[in-house]
Amino acid sequence: MEAFLHQLVSGLAAGGIYASLALALVMIYQSTHHINFAQGEMAMFSTYLAWTLLQAGLPYWVAFAATLGISCAAGMLIERVLIRPVEKAPVLTVVITFIALLVIFNSVAGWVFTHTVKVFPSPFGAGLLPRNPFMSPHEFGSIVVTLAVLVLLYAFFRFTPLGLAMRAAALNPVSARLSGIRVGRMLALGWGLAAAIGAVAGMMVAPVVYLDPNMMAGILLYAFAAALLGGIDNPLGAVVGGFVVGVVENLMGAYVIGTELKLTVALVLILGVLLFKPAGLFGRAVVTRV
Amino acid sequence: MAAILEVSGLHAGYGAADVLDDVSVRVEEGGITAVLGANGAGKTTLLRAVCGLIRRRGAVRFAGQDISRAQTEDIVRLGLAHVPDGRGTFLQLTAEENLRVGAITRRDRAAVAGDMERVFGYFPRLRERRAQQAGTLSGGEQQMLAIARALMLRPRLLVLDEPSFGLAPLVVQDIFRIMRAVNEQERVSILVVEQNARLALDLAGEACLLETGRVVLSGPAARIRDDDTVRGAYLGY
Repeated sequence: MEAFLHQLVSGLAAGGIYASLALALVMIYQSTHHINFAQGEMAMFSTYLAWTLLQAGLPYWVAFAATLGISCAAGMLIERVLIRPVEKAPVLTVVITFIALLVIFNSVAGWVFTHTVKVFPSPFGAGLLPRNPFMSPHEFGSIVVTLAVLVLLYAFFRFTPLGLAMRAAALNPVSARLSGIRVGRMLALGWGLAAAIGAVAGMMVAPVVYLDPNMMAGILLYAFAAALLGGIDNPLGAVVGGFVVGVVENLMGAYVIGTELKLTVALVLILGVLLFKPAGLFGRAVVTRV
Repeated sequence: MAAILEVSGLHAGYGAADVLDDVSVRVEEGGITAVLGANGAGKTTLLRAVCGLIRRRGAVRFAGQDISRAQTEDIVRLGLAHVPDGRGTFLQLTAEENLRVGAITRRDRAAVAGDMERVFGYFPRLRERRAQQAGTLSGGEQQMLAIARALMLRPRLLVLDEPSFGLAPLVVQDIFRIMRAVNEQERVSILVVEQNARLALDLAGEACLLETGRVVLSGPAARIRDDDTVRGAYLGY
């Protein structure tokens, strides 16, 4: 029983990471209808940035906050400089741009930081929680951080005028412009927020998977599965999907198919959703009148 | 009288082709101008060109400012509210959120809350539906919501694209009554595109008639309404 609970909690902790990254994907998808294939590599790069700041001697949470700020600014810059020019280009052009971004981040990280695997510290310490033998402090801490991010984002989009403006811009750009919303800025801000959320995911997962340029490859796949499962245009769905994928993947790995085949779970989920319920669990099926 | 909107020599279109050819139209401060014409005459194009949503060339002045090169967002911020073709409702937002989007550029928070009460006064049905997703509202309610959203800007000019489109006659009457009230009580000038010529000519002080992208007739609405040849040739009633 205890082993099972442990697997369940590990699954939730991993699920929180997938949920964050899935949320970042959904945010960009909602406003542009594109999947940012480079989301994982951007998160990886942010994590290297945090590592650099920590090496420079900054306290963990200072480095954490600085990483969020810089990632957000970099995300906005990427949108302005690289994505804006291909905004109206054919979809293949956009996909190639995203893949280029992925490759660039991956190779620049390898070039600057080398491919040697690095240890990334957890702010929550090692060992086990007192009176709670099936959960490590880092698992507990990363679940709390993930949930905090989700609650903050929800509050931002639900209760602030800026959040409302971003939602309006994503839902109906023309109508948003006719309400005086600067849609271009909202898109850039969406990229910034997505990059910052990705940075949190990267910093939370790095103590578990260790820091190297390829650390996010598998995680991005789980995040895709999570986003698709929840419905690619539904933020809440992405979050639920993230936790479901995390738990299912962990339990399947522990009890059914073994850890080597875990990644297959993500692929099977992606295929299954696309074949049988393309709109996902919470997504709206888009019906076009012709 | 001063004009709130003055368009002259406007050419506009999509892609390479011009739809509008040398169009001139004006709305007096506090007045109502109706733009009439058949399908494909360029009515919607005219409104889009005024708001800078499409490529345009010519003179467009709003409240004394040249807006012929301005961005849509900036034109809106000057006080021009446009209820577009198809209403432009944010279907996944609640009715109240739609109204808040309408006022999103305003900084006077307290006045915004007051204005929300005011538009609920015009459209009591929206008050009942305020927490409901806009996509679940009926067509008439969505049209009311679209006008209410535009009013939340506290505009100087309200631009409406076929407010009667697809609505039951009673709802249409209601909406035209409210447009008149908004114009009279709040001195909001109105530029309205309408297929229902009779309704539009009753409401408006001025009117112009578009045919394949050109103004073929313009002047006081009463004169156009009472001119039998015009009525027979263009308006079909």
